[in-house]
Amino acid sequence: MNLSSWFAVRRELSPRKRTMLGAGSFLLPLLVWCIVSYVPFVWHPMVLVNNPGDVDYFQVGMLVDKGVFAEESSTMQSLGKILPEGNPANPIYLPAPHEVAKAFYTAFITPPEQHDGQWLHESLWHSVQIIFWGFLISSLIGVPLGILCGTYSAVSRLNEPFIEFFRYLPAPAFGALAVAILGIYDGPKISIIVIGTLFQQVLIIANTTRKLDYALLEAAMTLGTNRIRLLFHVILPGILPELYRDQRILLGWAWTYLIVAELIGTSSGITWFITQQARYQHFDNVYAAIFMIGLLGLGSDQLLARLGKKLFPWDRPANKE
Amino acid sequence: MKHPQLPSYLDQSETVRDRFARLKQRDVVLEVKDLGKVYKSTKGDVTALKGINFKTHRREFVCVLGPSGCGKSTLIRILAGLESHTSGDVLLDGKPVTGPGRDRGMVFQGYTLFPWLTVKKNVMFGLEMNGTSAFEAGREAELWLELVGLERFANAYPHELSGGMKQRVAIARALVNQPRILLMDEPFGALDAQSRARMQAHLLEIWRNIDITILFITHDLDEAIFLADRILVLKAHPGEVQELIEVPVPRPRHANQSTSPEFLATKARLEALIHPPEPEPDPDAEVKPHMIRFVNVADNVE
Ligand SMILES: Nc1ncnc2c1ncn2[C@@H]1O[C@H](COP(=O)(O)OP(=O)(O)OP(=O)(O)O)[C@@H](O)[C@H]1O
Ligand SMILES: [Mg+2]
Repeated sequence: MNLSSWFAVRRELSPRKRTMLGAGSFLLPLLVWCIVSYVPFVWHPMVLVNNPGDVDYFQVGMLVDKGVFAEESSTMQSLGKILPEGNPANPIYLPAPHEVAKAFYTAFITPPEQHDGQWLHESLWHSVQIIFWGFLISSLIGVPLGILCGTYSAVSRLNEPFIEFFRYLPAPAFGALAVAILGIYDGPKISIIVIGTLFQQVLIIANTTRKLDYALLEAAMTLGTNRIRLLFHVILPGILPELYRDQRILLGWAWTYLIVAELIGTSSGITWFITQQARYQHFDNVYAAIFMIGLLGLGSDQLLARLGKKLFPWDRPANKE
Repeated sequence: MKHPQLPSYLDQSETVRDRFARLKQRDVVLEVKDLGKVYKSTKGDVTALKGINFKTHRREFVCVLGPSGCGKSTLIRILAGLESHTSGDVLLDGKPVTGPGRDRGMVFQGYTLFPWLTVKKNVMFGLEMNGTSAFEAGREAELWLELVGLERFANAYPHELSGGMKQRVAIARALVNQPRILLMDEPFGALDAQSRARMQAHLLEIWRNIDITILFITHDLDEAIFLADRILVLKAHPGEVQELIEVPVPRPRHANQSTSPEFLATKARLEALIHPPEPEPDPDAEVKPHMIRFVNVADNVE
């Protein structure tokens, strides 16, 4: 195949290449993971004991450091005792792909081990609700405020300097405060997501609003449009596709605040599931849960992207591809 | 002079003179009195317009011509109410202009159709903003789309149209409001020569058939002569009226008039006005290429 066609500067790829590379971007990391997990001489810093021999503290199924294993083996050899046996293994925190895949499946069909435990899907559903409410509240304030800031310089000057300052304050820093005010359940978690998203949202949407071609507003004014109608019949529809794209990006940011938010007060949702599983060293479940978050995020974003194309047929950048 | 045999641009045939006499009998639609505009900027004040006076009569076609930066856009934007003026008055039907309004339609050089609306919805926009019902507005829009020949594209989005078609829609969108005057700021400036000529003819056709006064900005001399009854020639720094020329080319206009004596005489006058006799020093003239031969001596192209 012609190599130069893969590296044409800023040119679109053919659909086949796009699909191939898109699949590759997921398959490559998977391949690396498989090599590290299944090729015994790559990494594998531990030994899984399957016969303790005469080493008194070794047990079947025990993971020991490679160095320790070698040392004990040579000690046993010099004493003429039975040698321990074992296979190279990875640390417990790096399960192999098939183990994670299995956990991914079994997490949905096995009941929680602890009596107060939650099913994986229950945890996930709880997390999704936190995101939903956090993002909704943030948007209810942020979108109108952003549009007003982008439309009226007075509103912008009154709000933006403070918002610029506030957005540098890390949202998790407000955790303790949020608990004190809103209690230990979902309130503070939602508020962290709101704090993490809202301030960026106002600034981004104000900027998007300012980017609308002023000539469109002038054209509308010469057609006899009054100020109120200008806002609802020109500015709003004019920025809608961009606003939608902004909201998609901001929703991604809201996701990144999820884990921190859920650690506040009583730990809950997918974060609680993850910390709980990690405590019992079920790292396969931990990975499964992490992938689950990624899949949900990517999936919902793709879904919204498709929906956007349907909603805004006049919007060319989104229609291209 | 290049054309000693040309008549003066001031000579008008009987019919042309009669036409102008009748034209000046009509009501004054737009009156500009001693208009001035000073832009205040950090680098100091810029006088964009100074002492502009003229009148436009009903159903007159006026072109505003001038070199780049002479304040043509500033003038038309003040007339549209999109820009404030610093001195003088703008009167539409005797009433001062205070802001943008539907009595003055505008077509911009850049394409300003609303990208989220279909062609038909774009044309309906002005009516709907002023309280006409959607049904009524739709009917009107169809009528005007037919007038500009775009009824087949009623449901297309602006990005699916060519530049010429976009400007046709923009004209229909402005005219559907039935403004007293149509202001056009280099509307065909971005079009290629062919669609430009077609649009000019089309615009004259529209103007002939409906009750509209047109103020048209251009920096193309031929375009101005082809379209206008009178040409307002501006000069730059500060923007002032140089001359208000009555175009002696008879109507109806057609493309092969561009070699007629009246046309050439007017053009010669405009050229004399717009390109001052002593050209400013051109930095390009300083560049002296030093030719080196890069090909074989036997390899000749001529
Ligand atoms: N907002 C502004 N602030 C300061 N000066 C301005 C502003 N707008 C225009 N000017 C100045 O006013 C003068 C007239 O500008 P204008 O755009 O009206 O010219 P124009 O005749 O339309 O030019 P062109 O043929 O390039 O369109 C120019 O010298 C310009 O630099
Ligand atoms: Mg201009």
